[in-house]
Amino acid sequence: MNRAPLTTKNLSIGYPGLPVLFDDLNLSLYKGKLVCFMGPNGIGKSTLIRTLAGMHHPLKGEVNGISNRNIAVVLTERVNAGMMTAKELVSFGRYPYLGWKIKMSASDISKIDEAVELVRIGELLDKPIYELSDGQMQMVMIARALAQDTPVLLLDEPTAHLDLNNRVEIMNLLRRLAKENDKAILVSTHELDLALQTADLVWLATPQKSVRIGIQEDLVLDGSFDQVFQFKGFDLKTGKVKQEPYRKTGIHLIGEGHAYLWTKNALERNGFHIEVAAKLKLGIKTNEEKTAFEIQIDSYREKFGSIEELLNFLSKY
Amino acid sequence: MILSHKTWSVYIIGVALVLLFLTNISIGSVSIPLAKVVATIFSFNDGSDTIASIIWQLRVPKAVTCVLAGAALSIAGLLMQTLFRNPLAGPDVLGLSSGASLMVAFVLLIGTSSASYLPAVSPWSLAVAASLGSGVIFLIVIAIAHRVRDNTSLLIIGLMIAAASGSLVSVLQYLSKAQDLQAFVIWTLGSVGGTHWSEILILLLLLLIGGTIAITSVKALNAWLLGDNYARSLGINIKKSRLMIVLATSLLAGGVTAFCGPIAFVGLAVPHLIRLLIPTTNHKVLIPMVSVGGAALLLLCDIMAQVPGSSNILPLNAITSMIGAPVVIWVVMRSRGVKM
Repeated sequence: MNRAPLTTKNLSIGYPGLPVLFDDLNLSLYKGKLVCFMGPNGIGKSTLIRTLAGMHHPLKGEVNGISNRNIAVVLTERVNAGMMTAKELVSFGRYPYLGWKIKMSASDISKIDEAVELVRIGELLDKPIYELSDGQMQMVMIARALAQDTPVLLLDEPTAHLDLNNRVEIMNLLRRLAKENDKAILVSTHELDLALQTADLVWLATPQKSVRIGIQEDLVLDGSFDQVFQFKGFDLKTGKVKQEPYRKTGIHLIGEGHAYLWTKNALERNGFHIEVAAKLKLGIKTNEEKTAFEIQIDSYREKFGSIEELLNFLSKY
Repeated sequence: MILSHKTWSVYIIGVALVLLFLTNISIGSVSIPLAKVVATIFSFNDGSDTIASIIWQLRVPKAVTCVLAGAALSIAGLLMQTLFRNPLAGPDVLGLSSGASLMVAFVLLIGTSSASYLPAVSPWSLAVAASLGSGVIFLIVIAIAHRVRDNTSLLIIGLMIAAASGSLVSVLQYLSKAQDLQAFVIWTLGSVGGTHWSEILILLLLLLIGGTIAITSVKALNAWLLGDNYARSLGINIKKSRLMIVLATSLLAGGVTAFCGPIAFVGLAVPHLIRLLIPTTNHKVLIPMVSVGGAALLLLCDIMAQVPGSSNILPLNAITSMIGAPVVIWVVMRSRGVKM
């Protein structure tokens, strides 16, 4: 069995007459793996995806595996076709297998049903697509790509313009499809947070016109992400926005679990820093969904019921 | 059996076509009762009486021309709307009719000095010239559409091309002789009454060729609705199917324009009216339905053009525009702007 249904050899892409976007790429997509292709906007992610899908001619080198029975795509362009229903849109996935009469066989119909079930959009099928939300539309487009029954799925920014909930749903779906249906999936995105948590592998577009490949954790630690994204005030290693401890006050925070993390977050956001030997001690007690905070400075003690009350007190301290 | 809304609509359009066809034959400067029309047609009575000869020599050719021209224009309109993914595309809007007019003007105004309507020019050369004219304009519009991606610009460019070829036509008119000019001006008003069986045969042939190309392209046309890139990813040969659609549209629009003049709005309006009755984007359904609907609409327009009890006939374009213009306004308002 060929585990890498899509590979490139010395591939250079771009537009004739303009600077090359990526040079000399040797990439492979493997079955069962979800790859996130990351890089800042405008670096050429869409062009690479379109080149891999055979919609755009490479400047040099080759892509192996271009065929509409090997690759299905979900692009950024929004389909805008009047009263087409979601079901009709999904059924376009079968087009590579149909003759000019576009007559579907029983197996075509069962592939469509299968795709609809995998993406769980059964209740949307009879809706005209102009009634679908952006998130629903994206699910329908993924179902359409699945109906094409290809080993490879290429998705260009499938989570752009979606809210957090829909973004998580789509990324989870893609991960499930890679694992359970053995698909080779490439997702381009410039959204770090989700990609870091869902990808099996990251392709990182670098300013040197190449693609660095690695596990996301390695790329975080060796500074590759910092180099590519040029973060301004965001510390990827902690996953947080950098906070300046502009108040001179250190706080000795005692507690555990989520309550500890979010209290720390609130304190740092407000310019305090956490310091083990600090004079100001803050204890967190959590029992049965209730969290209580107790401040102790020398012999002075005060209790608070919420982080807001706590911050009000501290800001006057 | 309970019929769906869709099935009902198909039956209604079909019945309307037959009724309008018969009514169209019965109405004119001499009013012929429907019963007599039916009797004459179905007995194939081509006897010597005047009524029969009016029916067979004048009315039936005119009604058949309406059917063929309406169907051809509507298919052309549908193909263009799909090709440009633009609800306001149509043979007259994007300058195809103007291109055909220009070529016809060359043939009519330069070629001969005969004073008769559709003069001694061979109908074939007229059809070829008009199809070439619309084909060339179509290719120009496509080349430009490739550079400007948005619909509004495309429509403006279509209007400008129409204006430019219109101005060339005016120059030709200015330079031509009075008799030729009159024939040409009458031609520009649109008419289905000037065709003879030989021309109808050419029109039928063009409709059959264009219609066959359209029907065999349903897969490409449907996929086209998703956009070039998706269509390509589904195995559609974009260049080849675009060429086929251009060919079909040019034959259909050019043929009609050659013999009936630049008939406005039918190609644009009918696909929308049909989608209103039968909500679908599937060309396998749309192509047959717009051809029936277009035939019915042009028959209706021709009936309305007959001033009752008089031999006066209003220009066909006046009537089609009267129906077409509100449809365009409705499309623009419904979609809150120019998009599909």
